[in-house]
Amino acid sequence: MLTLDGVSKVYRIGAFGGKSLQAVRGVSFDLRPGEIVSLIGESGSGKSTIGRMILRLDRVTSGTISFDGGDIAQLGRTGTKAYYREVQGVFQDPFSSYNPVFKADRVFAMIRGAYFPGVGNDEWHEKLCASLASVGLGPGEVLNRYPHQLSGGQLQRLLIARALLLDIRILVADEVISMLDASTRIDVLNLLADLKSRGLGILFITHDLSLGNYVSDRTLILHRGAVVEMGATEKVFGDPRHAYTRMLLASVPHLHERWRDRKRNGDLALPPASRDDPAPVLVEVDTDHLAALPGKGEPS
Amino acid sequence: MSLRVDDLKVYYRTLRGDVQALDGVTFEIADGEIMGLAGESGCGKSTLGKSLIRLDGRMRHVGGSVTLDGKQLPLGDDRAMNAFRFKSVSIVPQYAMSALNPTRKVGRIAEELLESRGIHFDGVRPELVRRLELVGLSKDVLGMFPIELSGGMKQRTVMVLSTLLNPSLLIADEVTSALDVSSQRAVAEMLVEFRERSYVKSMVFITHDLAILYQAADTILVMYAGRLAEKASSDAVISRPKHPYTQLLVSSLPEVGVRYADRRLEGIPGKPPSLLEPPQGCRFRDRCPLAFAKCAEQPPFVEVEPGHRVACWAVT
Repeated sequence: MLTLDGVSKVYRIGAFGGKSLQAVRGVSFDLRPGEIVSLIGESGSGKSTIGRMILRLDRVTSGTISFDGGDIAQLGRTGTKAYYREVQGVFQDPFSSYNPVFKADRVFAMIRGAYFPGVGNDEWHEKLCASLASVGLGPGEVLNRYPHQLSGGQLQRLLIARALLLDIRILVADEVISMLDASTRIDVLNLLADLKSRGLGILFITHDLSLGNYVSDRTLILHRGAVVEMGATEKVFGDPRHAYTRMLLASVPHLHERWRDRKRNGDLALPPASRDDPAPVLVEVDTDHLAALPGKGEPS
Repeated sequence: MSLRVDDLKVYYRTLRGDVQALDGVTFEIADGEIMGLAGESGCGKSTLGKSLIRLDGRMRHVGGSVTLDGKQLPLGDDRAMNAFRFKSVSIVPQYAMSALNPTRKVGRIAEELLESRGIHFDGVRPELVRRLELVGLSKDVLGMFPIELSGGMKQRTVMVLSTLLNPSLLIADEVTSALDVSSQRAVAEMLVEFRERSYVKSMVFITHDLAILYQAADTILVMYAGRLAEKASSDAVISRPKHPYTQLLVSSLPEVGVRYADRRLEGIPGKPPSLLEPPQGCRFRDRCPLAFAKCAEQPPFVEVEPGHRVACWAVT
């Protein structure tokens, strides 16, 4: 199980790093096996930074991220390698995740070199085919091809297959489908749901509320680096308590209901929440549903 | 009739041959109509949008014509098109955020733009300020460099600048795609407002997001692999689509309220054909559940109901 406890991230900005930017403020949540948690926020909300910190691509400024009880910041060289065997990430742009000079299946060879040097050719091929089958790809259609010969959806599924070669328990999926076409993105989304039923814990980072709602069990809404509402997906979407969540939901374009036919939930303008304020306190408004209290910088 | 496109063909020149990105499209846009143009990447929607204002070096006008307000646009003649650009046809480009010259203040950009068309800036300035205020920007923006504006502000600035001379036709290419949900709504509603105030007569709103089009567009034109698939009112396209591609596309979209556990949505298997050597007949044939022998011939784009056109043998 992955646990975030009061995680914050401060970036130094400005010409000489004289200013600071609170990118993430006091974020706490758990990610359990067999569960999809959506991290929803607009650009600049800190959602990708959280994913990067979990993947150890960015350092935590304060707070701890622990995996099975151990702080991941304390991992040494071998510990890190073992960590990546269980926690992997897939990112937004499948096209730039590959080196166009090499064939796409080089990503598998690199995993083999780093983690499975003792595995024989036949055994490896079998393992690879099983992994490809679980993401809905046949070896004939994707192996031995260059990235430009494959579609975005195929490339993205190859990256998920790469992560699955390691017996991962946690997958960080950062905007994995926002660059895919409508007709193929739903397949990748369904794949995530299938992997979940096989016991994988998935952190699904997205700006698209309808995608988060479709696939996740629990949802966190981020606003300027802090969680303003979290809980069971049907509660957060069905009974949003925080003004920011309501504003987001009112802005989503629906397919069978027009904006102009929908009553606005009060004023959509929010008083600006400053990044320098401490993270808002979350209170339980219902079972498995927390929302930020109205307070300093937080509208009621 | 504001815009009439007749059997327009635009190909991309490549070393391996011509990519038939736009292969014989015919449609009309009425005065005051906001037409959404939807389709997957590579279907030719941006090519169609660009063809109406400027063919870049790789694009070749192979055939067909475009008539705007009774005048034929000289598509192939880059120089002659200058008389129409900005004044009667204008565009909000896909990357509006990087469309502003970073070394000029916004006011200077506007001035140079107008003077290049022989229009005196001082005469237009009050109207420019009024329109900036309409989209929620103060006149101070004119004294700022583009880097001082946020993404949403740049988007709105470009929208105001490109519609300043009240063009007959505005091409809005993926204007909402790079924005957050809350600014997406504001920008889409602003485009409708521009039409209400007659800043633009009609509009082609290009996006891959059908939900946005349902909110903002009067009609939706769906393209597939360089050809037209279906055109109808936005209600009809979303609620009663007739072309099998549109049906599958609409049913694959997750909406708030639809959950995996309750209803598993399905994508469309397969991928669009290569446009280097596109197959004969209907280009959706290989992925279509309704395909039959007749689909080896190209289906015509015909009216099956008033205002509802479809290119599919199974429907007509």
